[in-house]
Amino acid sequence: MKIIVVGNGMVSYKFCEKLIAKGNTASFDITIFGEEIRPAYDRVHLSEFFSGKSADDLLMAPASWYAENNIILHTGDPIQQIDRSNKTVHSFKGITQSYDVLILATGSSAFVPPIPGVEKDGVFIYRTIEDLEMMTAYAKKATTGAVIGGGLLGLEAAKAMIDLGITDTHVIEFAPRLMPRQIDEAGSNILKAKLQTLGLKIHTSKNTAEITGNGCIDGMLFSDDTKIDVDMLVISAGIKPRDELAKLSGLEVGTRGGIVVNNKLQTTDPSIYAIGECALFEGMVYGLVAPGYEMADVVASNLTNGGKVFGAYDMSTKLKLIGVDVASFGDPFVAGDNVRSVVFEDTMKGIYKRINITGDGKQLLGGILIGDAEQYNMLLQTVKNKVVLPPNPEDVILGSRGGESDGGAGVLSLPDEAIVCSCESLTKGMICSAVTEAGCETIDAIKKCNKAGTGCGGCVPMVKDIMLHTMKAQGKYVRNVLCEHFNYSRQELFDLVKIHELKTYDEVLDHLGKGDGCELCKPPVASILASLWGEMILKKGNDTAQDSNDRFLANIQKGGTYSVVPRIPGGEITPDKLIVLGQVAKQYNLYTKITGGQRIDMFGAHLNDLPAIWEKLINAGFESGHAYGKSLRTVKSCVGSTWCRFGLHDSVSYAIRIEERYRGLRSPHKIKGGVSGCIRECAEAKSKDFGIIATEKGWNLYVCGNGGSKPQHALLLATDLDDETCIQYIDRFLMFYIKTADTLTRTATWLNKMEGGIDYLRNVVVNDSLGMSQQWEAEMQVLVDCYKCEWKEAIENPEIRKRFNHFVNAPEVKDPTVVFEEMRDQKKVRDWK
Amino acid sequence: MLATIEKNITWFLACKTNDVPTNGGVCVKYNDDQIALFHFARRGEWYATQNECPHRQQMALSRGLIGSQSEEPKVACPFHKKTFSLKTGECLTGDECSIKTYEVKVEGNNVFIGVAQS
Repeated sequence: MKIIVVGNGMVSYKFCEKLIAKGNTASFDITIFGEEIRPAYDRVHLSEFFSGKSADDLLMAPASWYAENNIILHTGDPIQQIDRSNKTVHSFKGITQSYDVLILATGSSAFVPPIPGVEKDGVFIYRTIEDLEMMTAYAKKATTGAVIGGGLLGLEAAKAMIDLGITDTHVIEFAPRLMPRQIDEAGSNILKAKLQTLGLKIHTSKNTAEITGNGCIDGMLFSDDTKIDVDMLVISAGIKPRDELAKLSGLEVGTRGGIVVNNKLQTTDPSIYAIGECALFEGMVYGLVAPGYEMADVVASNLTNGGKVFGAYDMSTKLKLIGVDVASFGDPFVAGDNVRSVVFEDTMKGIYKRINITGDGKQLLGGILIGDAEQYNMLLQTVKNKVVLPPNPEDVILGSRGGESDGGAGVLSLPDEAIVCSCESLTKGMICSAVTEAGCETIDAIKKCNKAGTGCGGCVPMVKDIMLHTMKAQGKYVRNVLCEHFNYSRQELFDLVKIHELKTYDEVLDHLGKGDGCELCKPPVASILASLWGEMILKKGNDTAQDSNDRFLANIQKGGTYSVVPRIPGGEITPDKLIVLGQVAKQYNLYTKITGGQRIDMFGAHLNDLPAIWEKLINAGFESGHAYGKSLRTVKSCVGSTWCRFGLHDSVSYAIRIEERYRGLRSPHKIKGGVSGCIRECAEAKSKDFGIIATEKGWNLYVCGNGGSKPQHALLLATDLDDETCIQYIDRFLMFYIKTADTLTRTATWLNKMEGGIDYLRNVVVNDSLGMSQQWEAEMQVLVDCYKCEWKEAIENPEIRKRFNHFVNAPEVKDPTVVFEEMRDQKKVRDWK
Repeated sequence: MLATIEKNITWFLACKTNDVPTNGGVCVKYNDDQIALFHFARRGEWYATQNECPHRQQMALSRGLIGSQSEEPKVACPFHKKTFSLKTGECLTGDECSIKTYEVKVEGNNVFIGVAQS
């Protein structure tokens, strides 16, 4: 059977993938004609192009995939004519080819409203990688931007503008609210407030009358006679199905666009199908990827004698817009006599939740979630499977309050037929059998096995829950093992390495593991060895078990050069030492920047130069800052009572004492500390793993704070401590953490997972409920006593020092591929592609 | 540079065996090319690949951690932990392009890398 696919977007690709997966490929002869110059790419995640993904990263499959599956792919060659009577197509480049079945997957183009001035330079649409490349080039000279369209795509485009550095961006929406198809007015107000805090200026009920400017856009005029100045505009006001080819061939199209199809996705010519955003089914164009994939599956099934039909498709959706969760499921707006709504609104935190339920309170019909969409998957399944609601339906969005825990049936309550991954049409039962029959025990294994979670990724948390529940139901002991080489968690391995007194990575692998190790187990084992024995991390052959940064005692940066961060305890430094840093940076042409931890970072050092740089620094009294290690970074301090008129105690001296006590200590993840001299908390100690704040009577100790992607304030562990007790408690706290946390788990996450939380931790650390305090304090003292500066040892040991060369056979030659550019009178590395 | 030619392969002397850390890699200069050379001591094997990681075109593979995935020997790029087979050069994490591999032979204390003649 000769199949020709017109268009090569996500749905076109998925059609081919589904058809091949159904087997019997020898009987198909597939040819694709695509207009774009690239094979199909992931348009849903287009904005990731700006956050570092390359065009190649976005490809659905490399060009070689088509060849491997005997598919002939013509890119940059759109079909221009269909001769239905002779069943042939004619392409732009002059190819004429006959078909038995023709699939139209021509997608859609951006809908551009007829506003005077849309043709001006600086006005863009947001659809293809080429559009993005043109925007990127233009954005270099733009400072203010605007987006027409406050829907899903418009807000994605606004995010793209922010990513391009145009933080002063307006969003113009014609309707009275944002995302009018998905959310209601109250939801829109919460979303608007959230987006405004990110710097976007949101205008609703705003109608653009004219785009002004002489050749290039310089402003926008609105129908209410207001105007704004902008240098760049993206129009993202909706989509227009690409139905011109179908229309030209005499196929029926809708009055407002779209190729009319039946429930088998056949057009008015039974040998021609239309799928994806160009198809019009029961008066509706589906502008999401999941229904497009479903259409692809229906056609693939019908061509292989399956009997699948396409039905009204659920348009529930969950996405992260500029960091804000937005979800809408089932019927978000339903109203009427026999329908009730439960609404929760928190304007402080920017959270809005609405559920629509039947009058008897038993069934969930749909709803909206903004700011917190964690319950989305569960709620969607509740709607789809008509799961009976609990006696207090509000529990499903608020959680059970008071009384017994909600009994959180969660994924367990779902029937096996419940569709969990809608992009790939996979049910809960199919995911369970990936665990029970195919033996998958990781998310990656499941993804490989049946592709669950590989589309939009929204179901991954639920797939993981189902996997864990299924494993538990099989009686499997579920824990985080390191990797295929060690069937132990980090905590178990820590104890075993200690009991067996193992000192090198190879010994640990020989005694406790199998195979040859890998990048997942080597760094944590090396860290355990350092935490237990306190030996120089590059000795005894452990150097090649260290992650690259630890191995070269410096942080690898773009381009392959390293940054150098000497320790500046408590952030206190003499003028003479500052001068030395300046001199070293000048001599080795290093870029300098003050870090967030009150130190000075020097970037752009060649591997070959590191020992000489450190020799100079060490001679001037500096030592390693361990910025490269999973170890103590800094103990930040405010200036304290020595200078500050509010200071209660000398926070700088105490911070220096603590930083020097724990320097070089290896741990599951990096550790940061802070000491503030009074309640004003200028050292931001509560954002640290341990934070100390002066009180009238002593120090308050806070633990398990975190900045980063999920900020969390440290919790109060003990109050009004004297200097010695406070350090005693930190000793115990850190040893408990080092011995029990999973690898790469910060103290905040460690505490969040701890049963009993801060109360349990306080019992262990302050009340010594485990009876371990004495031992932990003694073990910490051993590590403190055996501290040596790693860099001093490295430059004095010729065996270690000789590793700091780029070329083993030309030690004097530096990496010639490193290229620097100039920026603000310093150097920067040339950006990668 | 010491080099011998056989069967369209040029063998050149890269370094001494003890110049390469056990179970680790070094970078070897060959004219204008950079080759990552690995001593997989746990198996008594030697491997050589291009030094550039194709993901972000960084000269870094020689500084990566080596190990195995099932039986396949591999190297992980220090930048984003993309892993590549040391035997075939194939990318083991997703769809990145593959890397070039070279033959290695050890004679006495000398390590030679074989470069196909163009």
